[in-house]
Amino acid sequence: MSWQADIGLEIHVQLRTRTKMFCGCPNAFGAEPNTHVCPTCLGYPGTLPVANADAIRLTVRSGMLLDSTIGLRSKFDRKNYFYPDVSKNYQITQYDEPLCIGGHLDIVVDGQTRRIGITRIHLEEDVAKNIHFGSDSGVDFNRAGTPLMEIVTEPDLHTPEEALAFLQALKQVLQYGEVSDCNLEQGNIRCDINCSVRQVGAERLGTKTELKNMNTFRGVFRALQHEIPRQIRELERGRSIVQETRRWDEASGRTEAMRGKEDAHDYRYFPEPDLPPVQLTEEEVARWRAELPELPVARRARLVQAHGLPEYDAGVLVADKEVADFFEAALQAGAPAKAASNWIMTELLARVSETGASIHSLRITPAALASLLQLVEKKVINGPTAKEVLALVLAEGGEPEAIVKQRGLAQVSDTGALEAFAAQAISANPKSVADYQAGKPAAFEFLVGQVMRLSRGKANPQLVRELLKKQLG
Amino acid sequence: MRMTDSARPSDGFDVAYVARLARLHLEENERAQLQGQLEQILSYVDALKEADVSGLAPMIQAVETENVLRSDEVSPGVDREAALANAPEHRLGLFIVPRILE
Repeated sequence: MSWQADIGLEIHVQLRTRTKMFCGCPNAFGAEPNTHVCPTCLGYPGTLPVANADAIRLTVRSGMLLDSTIGLRSKFDRKNYFYPDVSKNYQITQYDEPLCIGGHLDIVVDGQTRRIGITRIHLEEDVAKNIHFGSDSGVDFNRAGTPLMEIVTEPDLHTPEEALAFLQALKQVLQYGEVSDCNLEQGNIRCDINCSVRQVGAERLGTKTELKNMNTFRGVFRALQHEIPRQIRELERGRSIVQETRRWDEASGRTEAMRGKEDAHDYRYFPEPDLPPVQLTEEEVARWRAELPELPVARRARLVQAHGLPEYDAGVLVADKEVADFFEAALQAGAPAKAASNWIMTELLARVSETGASIHSLRITPAALASLLQLVEKKVINGPTAKEVLALVLAEGGEPEAIVKQRGLAQVSDTGALEAFAAQAISANPKSVADYQAGKPAAFEFLVGQVMRLSRGKANPQLVRELLKKQLG
Repeated sequence: MRMTDSARPSDGFDVAYVARLARLHLEENERAQLQGQLEQILSYVDALKEADVSGLAPMIQAVETENVLRSDEVSPGVDREAALANAPEHRLGLFIVPRILE
């Protein structure tokens, strides 16, 4: 029997605003607990929420980037439930009139492009953070009331690979749109997974389970790798799937049914009486559309056209907006385009993937990379020395030019000095000379190496080859 | 977010169910008493169902305004000491609540 999985995602994205959704407290990660709070986000009776215009703009912008229809009229609703992460006993969200309806995003898996449908995008407030101790729990309201955008997809994804590709593509779009920093470590993107399986060819979707609060892309991938076969096993044993909320346990690599809290949810949505509806005008939406930032596809084409980069390079650089920004900043500072692209793609991205940090957190700045590459271009230093300087900058920071001066790393292009090294290498290695003259090219490379060694790596290699050839006749 | 109230009982008013949603503990006698009283209130409100509202948009707010928005600028909040002052219990700058079962 052949099975197919149907996966839909509900993705929560923290928006990049200065302040919270319904009050003027800062929207910032990492502060001491309960230091970004006021009576409104603490849920005091008698306070009134006022919606953040910028959060509405960013949500609409996300909808534009995902080809949604923008709901010119939308409203907020209360979702009622009792839990210590929401002190008002309701979360303000959008129930039946969201800001964005429909839309899609294309993903590429194994060279195949698939279009994944978006159901809706709405705006809500995030909830407080709970910290669990042995005998009680603590609540930090810094996150409470920060703007949270929820993107709901159609159950169009069929494999863990597709779900992962979707999340990565979405992250790229949202970063390019400057909607969210999409920093996973800071919980900027969290998602719930709806997953069911059915026999290939069956018309109706199977009964779904929900996996809640996934906060890493890897977790989503691994949870689905476990959950899909689990459901298939159940069905093949003649059992049925129970509609339930399950939790992914990263440590054991299994999903398990959640207890208590999640059963019998009945949120009793009703319109939020404290917030008037939002009515956007066609003109406003058109203006926002005109302000859309450059997207990856366009940027890639521009890098190819304006800087003569190969398609491949341009693709690698734009895959991550921060990397493309770094590249363009280096060009601004005077770096030659192809060299900058080579060095970023190899040296810097290797470091980024080793450390898992962003390119901007490396100790080398775009200006320092530009300065380093100019030193190579002007033949002040050779390639191997440049790598050495780069390693120093990455380890300790600093200016390449100053490092080269301070450490005496400038390339030796003084013909007199190099001629002496060449003569020394020739007289010390008669066998290699004989081999070279007998037509063995490897012997010549060995002699070049000897001269480089004598110059302590600083010789201009081009010049060394010329001088050696001349002396060897 | 679940868009349907799948857990809603199909018919009648179930006081025990609503009490559970509201995290209220009711004794058996209270439950019976409230069941009767609330059914009475609901049947009173049911009179509204007789009004013909076809073709009318639901009225959500008494005052018809729209677009009451704020610009994205920081305004002062309250000090943590003040925020925690009314809490029954606090520790490490956190509001302390009974242990939440995950």
